[in-house]
Amino acid sequence: MFDTEELVINMGPQHPSTHGVLRLVLKTDGEIVSEVVPYVGYLHRALEKIAERVTYIQFMPFTDRLDYLAAMNCNFAYAGAVEKLAGIEVPPRAQGLRVIFSELNRIASHLVFFGTCGLDLGAWTPLLYAFREREMVLELFEMTCGARLTYNYGRIGGVSFDIPPEFEKETLEFCDYFVPRIKEYNELLTGNRVFVHRTANVGVISQEQAKRYSLVGPNLRGSGIKFDLRKDEPYWGYEKYDFNVPVGAGEYGVVGDAWNRYWVRILEMTESVKIIRQALAQLPSGDIIAKVPKVFKPPVGEAYFRAESPRGETGFYIVSDGTQKPSRLRIRTGSFTGVSIIPEVGKGAMISDLVAIVGSMDIILPEIDR
Amino acid sequence: MEINRIVELLKDSFGDAIIELAETKPDPYLKVNKDRITDICSYLSQEPQLGFDTLMILSGMDLGDKLAVVYHLYSLQHKHRIVLKAELPKDNPAVHTVESIWQAANWFEREAAEMYGITFIDHPDPRKLLLTEDWIGCPMRKDYVYPESWHGMPLKRPADEK
Repeated sequence: MFDTEELVINMGPQHPSTHGVLRLVLKTDGEIVSEVVPYVGYLHRALEKIAERVTYIQFMPFTDRLDYLAAMNCNFAYAGAVEKLAGIEVPPRAQGLRVIFSELNRIASHLVFFGTCGLDLGAWTPLLYAFREREMVLELFEMTCGARLTYNYGRIGGVSFDIPPEFEKETLEFCDYFVPRIKEYNELLTGNRVFVHRTANVGVISQEQAKRYSLVGPNLRGSGIKFDLRKDEPYWGYEKYDFNVPVGAGEYGVVGDAWNRYWVRILEMTESVKIIRQALAQLPSGDIIAKVPKVFKPPVGEAYFRAESPRGETGFYIVSDGTQKPSRLRIRTGSFTGVSIIPEVGKGAMISDLVAIVGSMDIILPEIDR
Repeated sequence: MEINRIVELLKDSFGDAIIELAETKPDPYLKVNKDRITDICSYLSQEPQLGFDTLMILSGMDLGDKLAVVYHLYSLQHKHRIVLKAELPKDNPAVHTVESIWQAANWFEREAAEMYGITFIDHPDPRKLLLTEDWIGCPMRKDYVYPESWHGMPLKRPADEK
């Protein structure tokens, strides 16, 4: 008969479905993957080392380069950590603005996920729809801070610019326009027979696995664990807003599979719109930044602050020795643990299913490599 | 559960291995003996009233004369957290892995190992993670000397000379 042997296939670092530069080395037996070994680090820029050599204020633009699809969330998470360390009270208006921009960026980021997740599985059209709407969000950002991708909008103690007068009207217009579009996405991709077959029951992550691997954000909620930092550890006044935390319920397939991780993100976009509307209506007037000295020296101490970003938890652990520069700054991002679970979930999957698994995790490499 | 109550429970079970609760602001941390770290962590994860089921982050740290490993733990069911810090001597920085308790530690420990030169005993996959396999030195240590070149490529720019 025939001799069979394992074939080693190299996937990436330049591969359309690896969302940046992720390299996976697969051992395959026919179409079945028997082992996946991820190699990361191609985008390592030593941001944690840089942080020890620049001042707290100078580090803000570097946080943009963590998760470039959700730079607002990274900005604010870093600012939040420094504020916690130094005990700075953020003015109510700045808190409201942070909530609005965090949620707008969440929508923009989930739209890219919606587009690329479909693209990975061979559906071209969703990407074009998603980028059409994302463009509108980016215009709102551009109107406020001048940038479209790396905003540098957060400041220690608040935000850098107030919103222009036409912002409120245009954001509400966008919300009105956007909610019916989600229905369109569902018709296009969510319930699509081919898409459901490619993602349902694929890459199932149990609750136990999700906890052991410290998954966060939509990946954790896709496995049916209801945990959202905005609800469980509210910050910037998230406790004032009324919104739901969607969790995977297994409408198609089983809880914890690729389809449920996808569906959680689609539902989250509707919740984000709800928060934006409430935050705009309740936005108080006043200062947009607290009084922070130009030569900023937080007291000796250490703090870990985390915020809910589109990819889960973005956390900063800062140790201060009382000087202008952090003694140690450690960055925790959602994708890091998201990729570390791929060897376990990918074992025994088909090569094409592995693409669905990687796509459904919504990983982004710069925040893994830092 | 309050942090003081958790520390009491730990002291009852481990005695001297729990060194002290350092009251740093705003987050206090618990200094523990590095040799008992696996026992302490498995107790924290398995004791039902503590239930620390996730490792938020594991960080290496350079304290100048010593190295340290910091564990930020969180309990999804009880919604409480604790920070453990194990100090290691610089001449032989070795500590047992907690990978068998939280698999997330696998990559966190690989990163701490390459950046600080910490050895994680019994780690199942002690390869480098972010750096290339042939990188020399521990870049995150405070006394790290920047290399002049790598594989014949100069790493110093003219601007660095000034």
